[in-house]
Amino acid sequence: MSKPSDLVQGTLDMLILKILALEPLNGWAVSQRLKQISRDVLQVSDGSLYPALHKLEQQGWIAAQWKPSGNNRRAKFYSLTRLGRKQLEKESANWNRLSAAISGIVKLKEA
Amino acid sequence: MSFERWLYTVPLRLRSLFGRKQLDQELKDELRDHIELQIKENLARGMSDEDARYAALRALGGVTQIEEQCHDARGVNVIENLLQDLRYGFRQLRRSPGFSALAILCLTLGIGANAAVFSWVEGILFRPYPAVAHQERLLALAGTARDESGATETSWPDLLDLQRSCTLLDTFFVSKITGSTLSIGDRAEVTTGSIVSANYFDAIGVHPILGRGFLPGEDVGRNGHPVTVISYQLWQSRFKGDPQIIGKTQRLNNVLHTIVGVAPEGFYGTFVGWAMNFWVPASMEETFEAGGYKLEDRGARWIEAYVRLKPGVTRKQAQEEISAVAARLEADYPATNRGRSIKLWPLWQTPFNNAGTLLPTLEIMLAVVAFVLLIACANVGNLLLVRSLARRHEMGIRLAIGAGQSRLLRQLLTEGLILSALGAAGGLLVAHWCRHALVLLLPARSGVAMHLPGEIDARVLAMSAGICLMATLIVGLVPAFQTRNIDLAGTLKAESSGVVGVRERAWMRSSLVILQVSLSFILLVGATLLMQSLQKIRTTSPGFTTSGVLKTGVSLVAAGYDAPRAKTFQDALIDRVRSLPGVQSAAFARVTPLGYGTFSSAPIAVDGYQPPPEEQPTVEYNQVGPAYFATMGISLVSGREFTRADDENAPLVAVVNQTMTARYWRGQNPVGQRLQVKGRWVQVVGLVADSKYESMRESPRPFFYVPLRQDFVIGPGLNIRTTQPLQSIAAAVRQEVRALDANLALYEMITLQEQVNRSTSPQLVAVTLVAILGGLALLLAGIGLYGVMSYAVAQSTRELGLRMALGAGASNLFRLVISRGLALTAGGVLLGAAVGLAITRLLGALLYNVSPRDPLAFGSALAVTTTTAIAACFLPAWRATRTDPARVLRD
Repeated sequence: MSKPSDLVQGTLDMLILKILALEPLNGWAVSQRLKQISRDVLQVSDGSLYPALHKLEQQGWIAAQWKPSGNNRRAKFYSLTRLGRKQLEKESANWNRLSAAISGIVKLKEA
Repeated sequence: MSFERWLYTVPLRLRSLFGRKQLDQELKDELRDHIELQIKENLARGMSDEDARYAALRALGGVTQIEEQCHDARGVNVIENLLQDLRYGFRQLRRSPGFSALAILCLTLGIGANAAVFSWVEGILFRPYPAVAHQERLLALAGTARDESGATETSWPDLLDLQRSCTLLDTFFVSKITGSTLSIGDRAEVTTGSIVSANYFDAIGVHPILGRGFLPGEDVGRNGHPVTVISYQLWQSRFKGDPQIIGKTQRLNNVLHTIVGVAPEGFYGTFVGWAMNFWVPASMEETFEAGGYKLEDRGARWIEAYVRLKPGVTRKQAQEEISAVAARLEADYPATNRGRSIKLWPLWQTPFNNAGTLLPTLEIMLAVVAFVLLIACANVGNLLLVRSLARRHEMGIRLAIGAGQSRLLRQLLTEGLILSALGAAGGLLVAHWCRHALVLLLPARSGVAMHLPGEIDARVLAMSAGICLMATLIVGLVPAFQTRNIDLAGTLKAESSGVVGVRERAWMRSSLVILQVSLSFILLVGATLLMQSLQKIRTTSPGFTTSGVLKTGVSLVAAGYDAPRAKTFQDALIDRVRSLPGVQSAAFARVTPLGYGTFSSAPIAVDGYQPPPEEQPTVEYNQVGPAYFATMGISLVSGREFTRADDENAPLVAVVNQTMTARYWRGQNPVGQRLQVKGRWVQVVGLVADSKYESMRESPRPFFYVPLRQDFVIGPGLNIRTTQPLQSIAAAVRQEVRALDANLALYEMITLQEQVNRSTSPQLVAVTLVAILGGLALLLAGIGLYGVMSYAVAQSTRELGLRMALGAGASNLFRLVISRGLALTAGGVLLGAAVGLAITRLLGALLYNVSPRDPLAFGSALAVTTTTAIAACFLPAWRATRTDPARVLRD
């Protein structure tokens, strides 16, 4: 099983929040979207997705709702809450700062 | 955490806790959906059925792990574990009901004793007036004199000046206890009330349920405002709750008072210990206080007052301000205020009510109940320890299948918590039942409703909860200490009582028993010391005869007698009483010593005595009739008694005591000398021995007497020396009083011994409580010793059987067990004696003529402890003798 630590700690949370900010989705769709967006660079195992969703729900950042999906079934849909939106802004800002700093350092090394 | 966040998360956490099954099911559904969708996706990509399913499952990973991780993510494991521990703990306790009941009983007694004493301390010392607003900022105000210890009263003009000048205090109010004869219909009785300043009810924030409190100005003017507010209890019991009561009149000390208000239910006034039944404004002072009109007399000290600090002001700051004002008054009015100041006291040290008298007793009680609690905890700890041996196997298995040490510790603490929480609940019930128990220990007085309630408020509950947690730690950690180093391999073997392990546990249990024995030994020593003190106090001569002298009085004031009529009546009654068979002598006196009545005091001067600057010598005195000293049995050292000739027409005379002679005449015989009292010269005609005046514990003090006729009061007390029993004299005197005037009532008649006993009631309370708790402690320690010895005997069946098989007789084994028990006891007694020698002097204030290291006290405590120990070991020892060697050897 691939380790989720391939991702920078906490990044998975931010990615999920970002994906759900676009539209409410169920767990499977979130995993598909992760693969699509990152063009399969980020290998998030499906197994680590659900505990992450659970944790975000407990934090009050996303809310879950059972809604009818296609062919007469009910599926669990996750959507971003107001708190989640704030959290996403905060983490995005952090990420931009961090990645700018890191790429700066990386370039320094090359020079 | 923001409110919004709570809004989201709290329902989720609750759902995680209580809806676990549903959540797990939902997660399963969700994962199943995921797999199905993934399979569809895989099929669409062109995989075969089997490959599609396999790939989907592999991508997801272990479903059980995901469930576990999700479960952890919900973040309620701690609480779930706790609930699990609680359920398991309750099951454990139910499984051994005898053990549980005994442990809970011990903790109930231990925690209950603490909660009861806390509630008394709260209700009597710290928050004595629950109906009064902001009582946490109330302080008592009393005077001090430079040459005396303790507190004196204050004068009305001084108080008004203080009130005008102090900026750090927002209220001054006066509440001076008094009494009155209350005649309603055909029933006449004495009841207690307070003389108060007009702002009283507003200041304390108590609003009468009918009518009004006092109006500003009602405390001004000599006898100007005969109005009264009555208590709810009086309204109900004596006026049958009459709704039209306002505006009716009631005779109080023979003055008609208009009832203007009824105080609310549950308001007992502001005097710790006694319930007040009526309140009158200070302008009526002369009707209730001996000694005439005092509102304009700066030298007349009679006021007991309270002040309330402004918010944020400390007692020290207020005291500094008060002292400065008092110093100014001293400079402005040297004639009355020289050497005097004013002091603020916290409510729990109030010098003029029962708070001050009960303070030392309650302080000791706090220490005593802490001991009892420790003993109870040691007992429960020991019980748990014994049981933890039985559970050794269980603990071993839990460790073996992966429980962490901390998880085991938590389990043990949870079990301790269950026990101590149940004990605390029982303890609070005990405290609730005992909240009025103090009143039962104090001797009843006619006309006084004792009121010493315990108060179980938030602070008492918090203290009890704290004690409960402490008990949890103690009783939970004792067995935990044992499981700390369980030898896994050894435990899992069926036969596992390793010798070393047993030794170690035996050591622990023995130390707990030694601790218990030593604590209860100290309590027994304390109880014995207090008992000896009480005995000494009650048998010490107060300087007058206590047996065969009776005291009573006649309600002349209430019956409306004026001075001339009272004089005629007093002479006639004395003649009649003296001629009763068995009566040796009889005399009136304004105050009977050691009673509640307070003596008058007067500034004095003596020829040749130069007082130090800044001191105005003031001495207390009593107004007594002819033959007073003979009646009381106070010995006359020199000179003569007062006689009937010493009346208002004769030259003024006085009799002084030995201490006064020593201080002001340097021991020279004062008979024939003169003494200035309140500016008038009187002739000293007699010198009498010192006696006790206000308290059995007081040291000798200067005192003098003047003839009743030369400083007349209408309703003095009557003292009778007789050989007859009290009942027959009471009946005979009542008959004589009735023969003189059918409207007069005779007060309660008691012996002077009873008077002494009443005055020493705080000591009695201390003795009773310490004896009860000492007995309880001894019982608990006995149970502890019994438990340990029983267990030891049960564990060493093999050793006992071998000894028997090798020829030891039953009596040998009996002696063996008893001697082991006594060895533990000896250890406890030695420890207790060592500690006791160091700490019994803390009883100081309650001891009287008894050394805190009195050998008799230590000896009798030793005897009682040893007897109890032998009794506790008897059953285990007897069981040891019943060991069947054949069976032991066979097994």
